[in-house]
This record gives sequence, C-alpha cells and structure tokens, in this order.
Amino acid sequence: MGWFIKIFGSSLGKKLLMSLTGLFLISFLTVHLIGNLSVFSQDGGLAFNAYAKFMSTNPLISTVSYLLYASIILHVIVAIVLTSANKSARPVKYKQLNAKDNSSWESRSMALLGILVLAFILLHLKDFWWQYKFGGSYQFSEDANGNRDIYALVIQQFSTTFGLASYLIGLLALFFHLKHGFQSAFQTLGINHNKYTPAIKNIGLAYSIIVPLCFASMPVYVYFFK
Amino acid sequence: MEKVRNYTLKIWRQPNAQSKGEFKTYEVKNISTGSSFLEMLDILNEEISEAGEDPVHFDHDCREGICGMCSLFINGRPHGPEEEITVCQLHMRTFPNNTTITIEPWRAKAFPVIKDLIVDRSAFDRIIQSGGFVSVNTGSVPDGNAIPIPKQNADLAMDAAACIGCGACVAACKNASAMLFVSAKVSQLALLPQGQVERKKRALAMVDQMDKEGFGSCTNTGACEAECPKGIDLSNIARMNREYFTASLTS
Repeated sequence: MGWFIKIFGSSLGKKLLMSLTGLFLISFLTVHLIGNLSVFSQDGGLAFNAYAKFMSTNPLISTVSYLLYASIILHVIVAIVLTSANKSARPVKYKQLNAKDNSSWESRSMALLGILVLAFILLHLKDFWWQYKFGGSYQFSEDANGNRDIYALVIQQFSTTFGLASYLIGLLALFFHLKHGFQSAFQTLGINHNKYTPAIKNIGLAYSIIVPLCFASMPVYVYFFK
Repeated sequence: MEKVRNYTLKIWRQPNAQSKGEFKTYEVKNISTGSSFLEMLDILNEEISEAGEDPVHFDHDCREGICGMCSLFINGRPHGPEEEITVCQLHMRTFPNNTTITIEPWRAKAFPVIKDLIVDRSAFDRIIQSGGFVSVNTGSVPDGNAIPIPKQNADLAMDAAACIGCGACVAACKNASAMLFVSAKVSQLALLPQGQVERKKRALAMVDQMDKEGFGSCTNTGACEAECPKGIDLSNIARMNREYFTASLTS
C-alpha cells in the first residue's frame, strides 16, 4: 500500500491522475455528443426524451455516471493541488516574460480554461440534470410516449440570449482545454513516438474542434430555428 | 550594418540571497557587433569597476557553449532570443542599435539567487547524486563492439547526454519544472546496457529528489524544449514517465 500512496504523492503520479481522468472525460464527451444529436430528429423531441429516460434509468449508465462524477471531482482536486504547487515553485516572478515565443497560450492557461469549463459544467448540470433528476422549479409535461418532456426544457433554455451565449463561451473554453489536453494526456502516459505522436496530435486537434462545434450547433439550432 | 552599437541595460541587482533586489539601469556605448553578450557585460563591468562600484555578478566559464554555467534571462527568454545557444554564444549583432535589454536571473524556488544574476543550481547536483550514475562495476574498457548497442539507442542516449544542466528548462517553464533535465539524465542511462542494473532505482530516486527540491510539475507546454540550448526534446519526458510508472509498479 505504501508504494501506491507514494506514486500519487509524487508529481508524476498526480500528472498520471490528471491524464487518466482527462481521457475518461474525453471518452464521455463522445458518448454524450452522440446521444444529444437526437435533439435534431424532427419528431418534436420524442427521440430525445426517450434518450434522456434511458440515460437516467439504465443501471449500467447509472454506474458509469458515478465514475464520471468521481472523475470530474478528482480532475478538479488534483488540478488545484498541482497548480498551487506549480505557483509556489516560482515565488519571484519575471519582470519581463516572453512566453508566447516558446509555448502556446492554451498550454499556459489550462487552469483558467479549466475553471471556465467547470463553471460551464455546473451551469449545465443546474439547467438540465438537476431539473430532471431532483425536480427543480421546472414542471415537466409528458410527451406522446409518456416520457417526461425534457426536450421542451432544452428549447426553453436555448431560446434566451443568455442561454446561447453562456453555452458558446463554455464550449469555446472546452475547445482550448481539449486542444492542449488531448495530446498532453498521451504525453503524460509516456506515449510519445515518431510513428504515432503526429497522429495523436492531429486527432486531438480535430477532436477539439469537431466535438465543441457539434455541441455548439445545438443551442444555435434551437435559438435560430426553433 | 554599423560596427558598434549602444544599449540601455536593465539589470537585476541583488547584493545577497536575503536582500530584496531591484533593477538598475546602465548605458553601454561602442559595443562591437561581433562581441558576445558576456563580453558586452565584461566591458560594462570594467566601467563599473573603474568607477569604484561593485560589478555585475554573473555565472560563466567555458564561453564556448558546453559548460552550462551561463544563465541569463534576457528580454523575457532564457539564453536570449536565439535558438539552441547559450548566452556566451549569443552575439550583440542580434540586438538592434539603441534598444533596451532586460537581464534577470533564473527565477525558481529551487534556484535561489546568490548575488545579482547568479543562482544556486546545486538542486541539480543533488538530483544527479540521488541516482544519475552507474555504481555497479562495469569492468575495464571493453573491446570495440563487445557490448552490442543498437545505433538508434546510442544516438538517443547521446542526444539526451547533450544536456549541460544549465537550467534553462526550469527558467522557461511556467511551473519552474525540472522535468526536461531529469528526464534527459534518466534517459541517457536507461537507453544503455550499463544503466540497466539500477534502472528502476534510478528513476524512482531522481523523481523523488526532484519533487523534494521544490520544482513544479510538467504541464506539457513545451517551453523547455523550445528554449533548451542543446535541443533536448519532450520525448525524454515521456520516457521518464514510462520509467517511473514501470518502476513504481514492478520494483
């Protein structure tokens, strides 16, 4: 047990946790996106409501969702621990610093981007997850199939300019966070080789653009066409 | 191109480790474009000494880019604006006439300032002492080709061994992380047969010492790789991670 604690007490072990939880959250994004695309089916939300019911009642999904909550919390906690240690590693700052000449903005701003993404997640959970699971102020009606009509709530949320703007800002932060985080997670795991690192970087860039763009298409679609 | 140039220098002056330190401004005139950055500082120090004041203290030794002693943070970047060179190899023709040049020491908790621009880099020595060596008896000099080493590994080990331990990676990193340095030292031995016996022990001990010294951790910004005067690349950090995780799980 001592060796186990020692790994995660070390800087490399904490980086490993960031990498593994990050990759799990990336895989979740894919599943979440595929399911959410049902919002585009032209059936007045029947497919979307059925998907929401499946996600909240399926035992396997429920089990994985606890792993998801744990990953988000762990990713945030370890990030706070690492960031504060990193800050204290340079108590006296440079008076003149040209960091843009040696590194990308997003790679230096992962903490800020992470805070924005977390704020976005909390807002998103409050908007839908909380209402659906714990019965917030919103009164759900039932659709033709007898499922609670969360589709109507989606339409309501994204019809407001605040709803649209806050989601677009959140997804922009997600784009930058993924742009650095995706390939960085593999580097931390020690996966770096001339054969496949260029492919990982390209796939990471494509993923960081496509996934937030697809998510963004939903509030934009609702705001302008519904 | 003019043969001589004039500069305004903003230099960090700090009498000792305890004092606070501040920038002082100096003017240097008629500096040859062919002189190195350190020679320019030598000229400045001559003038300061003749005026009976304390010259600017900075580290230097070989002045041919191989010792790793020079350590100046010039205009916001370690070793100045040029790629893959140390300060001693930086020439004044790089800096336009009549400009201001800011010179600071490396900034890191693990590299405390001793005086002016000189920092204490003995944290690197202690990391090497914790495992960056081969202590088993490897015998006398073997016959040529008696120990088979793949050419690729020999090259990678040599690339890693090019690290001169100057600390530019720490200076450049936003987290003051020493991972490029430590990974180069772990890699050069992990890639060669002589390093195998202590391979796991070495990775664990050196990372452990690195954490104890108060360096930050890596966020893969790549600033270290971009600023390294010897072109040590990030694949070394990935190798160190593999070495450390494997050693943790199997030793």
